[in-house]
Amino acid sequence: MPSDHAPTTEPVMPEPAGTPVPAVTPERVLAGIALLVPIVAMLWVSSYNKTDPAAAGMPFFYWYQLLWVPVSAVFTVAAYLLINRDEKARKAARKGGAR
Amino acid sequence: MTGVNVPALVVFVLFFLLVTVMGFLASRWRRAGDAAHLDEWGLGGRSFGTWVTWFLLGGDLYTAYTFVAVPAAVYATGAAGFFAVPYTIVAYPLVFLFLPRLWSVSRVHGYVTPADFVRGRYGSRPLSLVVALTGILATMPYIALQLVGIQAVLDVLGVGGGENANWFVKDLPLFLAFGVLAAYTYSSGLRAPALIAFVKDALVYIVIIVAVIYIPIRLGGYGHIFDTAAQHFKQTRAGSLTLPANKEWTYATLGIGSAMALFMYPHSVTGVLASKSRNTVRRNMAIMPAYSLMLGLLALLGFMAIAAGVGSGVKGYNSQLSVPQLFANMFPDWFTGVAFAAIGIGALVPAAIMSIAAANLFTRNVYKEWLKPAATPADETRVAKLVSLLVKVGALVFVLGMDRQAAINLQLLGGLWILQTFVAIVGGLFTRWFHHWALFAGWAAGMVYGTWKAYGIASPATKHFGGNAAEIPGIGEIGYIGLTAFALNLIVSVVLTLVLRAAKAPVGQDETRPSDYSAEAGDEERENAPEPVAAH
Repeated sequence: MPSDHAPTTEPVMPEPAGTPVPAVTPERVLAGIALLVPIVAMLWVSSYNKTDPAAAGMPFFYWYQLLWVPVSAVFTVAAYLLINRDEKARKAARKGGAR
Repeated sequence: MTGVNVPALVVFVLFFLLVTVMGFLASRWRRAGDAAHLDEWGLGGRSFGTWVTWFLLGGDLYTAYTFVAVPAAVYATGAAGFFAVPYTIVAYPLVFLFLPRLWSVSRVHGYVTPADFVRGRYGSRPLSLVVALTGILATMPYIALQLVGIQAVLDVLGVGGGENANWFVKDLPLFLAFGVLAAYTYSSGLRAPALIAFVKDALVYIVIIVAVIYIPIRLGGYGHIFDTAAQHFKQTRAGSLTLPANKEWTYATLGIGSAMALFMYPHSVTGVLASKSRNTVRRNMAIMPAYSLMLGLLALLGFMAIAAGVGSGVKGYNSQLSVPQLFANMFPDWFTGVAFAAIGIGALVPAAIMSIAAANLFTRNVYKEWLKPAATPADETRVAKLVSLLVKVGALVFVLGMDRQAAINLQLLGGLWILQTFVAIVGGLFTRWFHHWALFAGWAAGMVYGTWKAYGIASPATKHFGGNAAEIPGIGEIGYIGLTAFALNLIVSVVLTLVLRAAKAPVGQDETRPSDYSAEAGDEERENAPEPVAAH
């Protein structure tokens, strides 16, 4: 990535030293996957473009997509918890480094 | 229309009076800080917690027009109209990635609009201006469509007036509703829709839950409803219960394209920036799907309207009336009133937020940036309040002066247009690599291509702008024009950035720092942040 900073007169905030947390952590990767799953599932239209099996009279096409609403919420909550953990770790590392 | 439904009308008017009182009282709700600052009127003091934000965003994104149009599309076309469901499923995981960054950088630098961010990030006034104008342009027809939603309800209530009614009598209820809305938005700002959203969402949830349980019981169960719908589509050939194979691409591209466009709309951004912390934003992305579930159930009402025989045998039946008519046929009169109040108030909340968002854009990115750079925060607030009135009058004139079809066409175009700001805004949240003139050219290419393609689509209802899908060049499938235009936009932006970088073209000043994008409320970075520069 080319440098993306125009020169500024004010000094850039010193990036905190100490034990740096790498940009790619297991938490971030897992969160990314959790967010990707519902998107892929919904864009793969041919996987659910059919009427059978119906549930309680509702064709597959409809109940399957409705089911994905709460399922996607579960994945997003998982991503939220993972990112929260990651940010806490980062904050702790920054604090530790600043002392 | 046969006479006025008096019990329903009484209930409707009572709810309307309730929210009117709430709208005016809202100015005293959680008041803090400097009332003359645009943050107060235009963003509710940036103070809303998780639940208020949830109600506000729900009230903001799931509009009256959605309630009327989504089931209407299912009523008219079957499976193809159901795309609203995958659209809202995809939207939250997608925006989870970038909205927290937008919130943080806006908090640190005091940005009120997405165009403020573009101005600060790229240091480019022209790019910021086109982002602002695109936002205003896309929002205006959206406000007009909220009126269409109210009109549909008033028509079915029997107070919309007949064809032969005097135009003034016919539109008087609409004038009243909008006059009142304009007045309390003016006095209370974003606090009014935030407070009213509680009533709106509660009503909507009650109505939907009752509808999806009670109506199928009366119609003989979901099995019967879908069987009837299948037969109906077989006879009319108007739609189908599953997608024809050549429509799968359209379905997927409409879903993802609309999801990307959703949080580019100024009123969505206003809702997000009004929240008090970065974590509030994230938490909301996880709990917003409750509304999507409601929307999915609501879409099924289109099939119920078919099964109940709404509009059957009427040539050229306006499908927009199908769900209000279904409610009127199925529910006892008083509950019809509750259902219509849900739709009517469902129009007022987003219309208020949209007019505030458009007013913020005009004030910050046109008035202050180009017309009166010396404007004080108090000036900004005054101008924004006035513009919010103008925007509403404009929407009213639009609906009364032009035909309804024009508003629907323009709203479809609005989605396509607003999507063209995605590269500049979301790209900018992650990298400063793009050159601002390349983004400008990409935006222009996307706008021109999308509008031109949409112009060429005819439908039975209209000669131009009759749809939103066309063949994707190079792929050969039929896809959402907005997404194709976005792809073109991205390609132009990347290629021109490479060229401009190679030519060492000058870049504007970036006033943001990497740490701004992850700042949380109460962080040291925030407290130490320099006074906003581009936020003038």
